Amino acid sequence: MRKLGALGIAAIFLIAAMLVSALVGAADLNPLDTVAALADKIPFVHLPSGLSPLDRAVLFQIRLPRVVLCALVGGLLAMSGAGYQGVFRNPLVDSGLLGASAGAGLGATLAIVYFGAVGPGAIPPAAFLGSLGGVAVAYLTGAAASRRTGFGDGVATLLLAGIAVGFFFTAVQTLVLQRSAEQDVQTVYNWLLGSLSGATWQQVVSILPYAAVSIVVVLLHGRHLDVLAVGDEEARALGMRPATVRLIVVAACALATASAVAFSGLIGFVGIIVPHVARRLGGPGYRSVLPLSLLGGAGFLVLADTLARTVLSPAELPIGVVTAVVGAPAFVWILRSTQGART
Amino acid sequence: MKPSSRSGPGARAAAALAAAAVTAVALAGCGSSGSSSTSTSTSTSASAGSAAPSASAAAAFPVTVTAANGAVTIKSRPARIVSLDPTSTEDLYAIGAGPQVVAVDQDSNYPAGVPKTGLSGLTPNIEAIAKYNPSLVVASQNSGGLVSGMTKLGIPVLIEPAVATLDAAYAQIQQVGEATGHAAQAATVVTSMKQQIAADVAKAGTAHKGATYYWELSASPYYSAASSTFIGQVVGLFGLKNIADAASKPADGGYPQLSQEYIVTAKPQIIFLADNEPADGAQSPAVVAKRPGWSGIPAVQNHEIIGLNDDIASRWGPRLPQLVAEIAAAIEQLH
Repeated sequence: MRKLGALGIAAIFLIAAMLVSALVGAADLNPLDTVAALADKIPFVHLPSGLSPLDRAVLFQIRLPRVVLCALVGGLLAMSGAGYQGVFRNPLVDSGLLGASAGAGLGATLAIVYFGAVGPGAIPPAAFLGSLGGVAVAYLTGAAASRRTGFGDGVATLLLAGIAVGFFFTAVQTLVLQRSAEQDVQTVYNWLLGSLSGATWQQVVSILPYAAVSIVVVLLHGRHLDVLAVGDEEARALGMRPATVRLIVVAACALATASAVAFSGLIGFVGIIVPHVARRLGGPGYRSVLPLSLLGGAGFLVLADTLARTVLSPAELPIGVVTAVVGAPAFVWILRSTQGART
Repeated sequence: MKPSSRSGPGARAAAALAAAAVTAVALAGCGSSGSSSTSTSTSTSASAGSAAPSASAAAAFPVTVTAANGAVTIKSRPARIVSLDPTSTEDLYAIGAGPQVVAVDQDSNYPAGVPKTGLSGLTPNIEAIAKYNPSLVVASQNSGGLVSGMTKLGIPVLIEPAVATLDAAYAQIQQVGEATGHAAQAATVVTSMKQQIAADVAKAGTAHKGATYYWELSASPYYSAASSTFIGQVVGLFGLKNIADAASKPADGGYPQLSQEYIVTAKPQIIFLADNEPADGAQSPAVVAKRPGWSGIPAVQNHEIIGLNDDIASRWGPRLPQLVAEIAAAIEQLH
């Protein structure tokens, strides 16, 4: 019952966040007309709206795709953070781990510095491939190392390999930047801080298939992660193959992270705090932590982006700054106020 | 956070500030230590016959000019000039000092055939510059201890930073002329620039005064230049209204960041793209016209999107009349 309640709250939170986000912005659209224009899109509802064609273009072509992309990115980051935490039985892990962020950063940097002539369109695929590549290298080296040494159950080795790969990629990225023009450095810097200001429906559509596959796969493995939580030996005794589960979940989480960062750049904090809040609200089981993280992360990032584009309007804050500046105190407050509710 | 394209106005503003600060420090340092100039005898054999100085120009030396780094004395007509800034390079060639130029920085690309090297004006390497045995160095910012390093070698440096007004741009060309023995040609260049610009402004007339425009410096994120900037003043000659003005705050130095929603609802009648070329963002008029949600902007509907020559649009040199002509042509197309 508690699980269903928490899921309901998270869903309402997400819808409310998206609605608020759709109503505010630099264009100062009339809120009532905006609601009418939105409701008009619902099948069988016909409402007159006072929005001009230009205002409608702002709402449907600039603001809404951004809200939707934000929700997708936030949900994917938080869900993969939760997935990694389950796989590694470690609460300090987040979605950027295992070389995912560093790989995306390196990919984007290479695209900006060496393929700048192709235009900005080269950045998302490069970041996507870089992110997947980073995780693949980390996973393969980690797996190879733990096989050779027979050290532990491989989880710690995998994490360490991820950290090493991350440092290595970041170092290469620094080297490339060091050798490049100031203008490229600025572009890379802006990308690293994360922004969804250029969101389009086309971007939403292009990450949707990856998002759908990873969400389905990760959510289906909630029960497996719950079993893994008690230990590899116990999981084996229950007929599970921990290494296989780990590989599948890591692959799905890597896909989720890669598709999220491809268009948004690096957004920190969502992948680590949202799963913890989900745990506080819905209990420690991954069958609830995973979907709660998905919904909560989506709502959280939509709200963060709303702040990012309104606080300094018409200028914008980098969304990564907002998630950390607003998210960190909020997280501490939630930790304090829910201490007793811990199961 | 500012989009500092290598030669973009954003960078120029920041560079000017930085240069001013560094210059102040450098000057203070000089005052206390005393001006112990180690007069290195510079060999001029390499360019002895390249450009014979005219009698009047030779008579003008030694000359003292007041650049951004203070009073600079040039003892004799500089035979070997190193330029570390694209605008300075254009200035030098426009006033006929080209034959004296032995090396230009990696960003200088105009006019064709300039002696381009790997030198950088942003992170200057003193030793690499000294290798060209210059008798004068011209740069737009005093970064990396350029002035103090060159002074130690007895080589005069002119810092000619990004300007804030058209008059300052003219004065800079004049000053470079005086420092290189081409004062008369510099005056001719300035007069011709003024005439061309005045002619274009007169031709455009006042029919479209108050038309709105958006000047795009970069697209991710969107940065613009307000009327208070150098480029804003150039467009201001035509009496156009800048949509970025309302969004500009003191802290942004005239280069505000704008959201798409703001730009679209401001309905600019003309869009100028200074990030048009591949090296500067590849935001061509065709790309801009296809941006989702932008189709309702008057400038997009009337095909008033002007892809500028990014180099000309971000420099303050002798090609300014070309920029003014591009702007004038856009205004004349307005219906």
